Amino acid sequence: MIKELEYPFTLTKIRDLKVGQRVSVSGKIFTGRDRLHKYLYDGGKCPVELRDGAIYHAGPIAIRKEGVWVVKAAGPTTSMREELYMPRIIEQHRMRVIIGKGGMGDSTRKACAKYGCVYLQAVGGAASLIAEFVKAVNGVHFMTEFGAAEALWDLTVKGFGVVVTIDAAGRSLHKRIERSSRKALEKIMK
Amino acid sequence: MKNGHWEKNLFQLIRRTSVDLPSDVEAGIRRALKKERKGSHAWWVLETILANAAVSRKNDTPLCQDTGSLTFYFGVPVGFDTNAIVAHARLAVAKATRHGYLRQNTIDSVSGASYDTNIGSASPVFIFQQQARKKVDVRLIMKGGGSENVGCQYSLPDAGIHAGRDLDGVRRCILDAVWRAQGNGCAPGVLSVCIGGDRATGYKHSKELFLRRLPDRSRVKVLARLEERIMKDVQKTGIGPMGIGGRTTLLGVKIDSLSRIPASYFVTISYMCWAFRRRGVLLGPEGGVQRWLY
Repeated sequence: MIKELEYPFTLTKIRDLKVGQRVSVSGKIFTGRDRLHKYLYDGGKCPVELRDGAIYHAGPIAIRKEGVWVVKAAGPTTSMREELYMPRIIEQHRMRVIIGKGGMGDSTRKACAKYGCVYLQAVGGAASLIAEFVKAVNGVHFMTEFGAAEALWDLTVKGFGVVVTIDAAGRSLHKRIERSSRKALEKIMK
Repeated sequence: MKNGHWEKNLFQLIRRTSVDLPSDVEAGIRRALKKERKGSHAWWVLETILANAAVSRKNDTPLCQDTGSLTFYFGVPVGFDTNAIVAHARLAVAKATRHGYLRQNTIDSVSGASYDTNIGSASPVFIFQQQARKKVDVRLIMKGGGSENVGCQYSLPDAGIHAGRDLDGVRRCILDAVWRAQGNGCAPGVLSVCIGGDRATGYKHSKELFLRRLPDRSRVKVLARLEERIMKDVQKTGIGPMGIGGRTTLLGVKIDSLSRIPASYFVTISYMCWAFRRRGVLLGPEGGVQRWLY
């Protein structure tokens, strides 16, 4: 069963998601990666409303065709690099959805539980396919300051397939797999 | 060297590498899919990967938005003008960036400024080898940051993982590296391992092993056996595609060695994600395509 999740991502919708659930995301999402996270963490002003919103850890490839941006590739980037910044951004902006790859650590997991946020894992590298889920580029911010890959892209997506790997109850599939694979490894290494 | 076909065909090589997943890798993913339970997360990830490969080909768009760092491996005839082909390759990279086959992906490490053409210092990387034939053999590997960041180098003995200076120690390094990577290298990927060498040649050689096809086994019997054993062991970890559980954690492993000095015993591991961007071409004396490789 694939669950539909539509913007705005209110607390009620978020609390309803459980680890392991497949989700199809539609509506507004914002891309952001290393430089945006550091900027927001340092207290920088966000040009878009993040409340009940989603940050997608991605640096898309987009080209301008007759004045309109077309996204050609938009897969997720490694989320763990934002671990230092994420909890404060969740707390201050009350954003409720993180989309990325590879999962995040304990600080983010705890912030998800405390403020009501989820982590959704996309398929890393599936850039052409995810670009097809992007229905519109509503705008782009910090293009000159951060460059195209690091910019904040304001996108509308439809049917973006992901799986919940950290939920608002603080459960983490990443943590579970890390533990079980450690156990398996110790057995193999003996 | 006149421009002739060089720049045009090097551009085509970059385009193909960016959008067209090699058939040996795709076949490996299809084999993996058959082993996963239908409807599981692992199955969904592998299905998505195959769908992505098809869409990339159809739309002529990059497999992965992180078009990574580019390494060109040239096999050239005696007396070949290497400076000229580097100049052509740089023009081809700049053009591929303008056309969206490469992301603007090169940054000055001190100022943070972006090199919009992807031409920077050691970007792209060019490696030359002289060969006793008239053809020019060009191979290209594009490797993204997710996979590059999980590469690692061990100096044996390593008490933390009980790894001594023998093949069992090497095995422990590889398994430890797989565990540390979890899904962050975009599993299921391919590991390439260099035993020996120094710190620099270890990484260089391990990356060259990515030029080998997926089903290849090492010609050194003990290393071939170790490759097989690693493949069996690793699937028992349950890390799975993208690290969210499943039977397929790796598509392949390549192990080779370089000589070393008595005091050092390095085990160097490079990881290539499932979006294994590797293509090649044989070019004639004027730069015309004789044959596409892989």
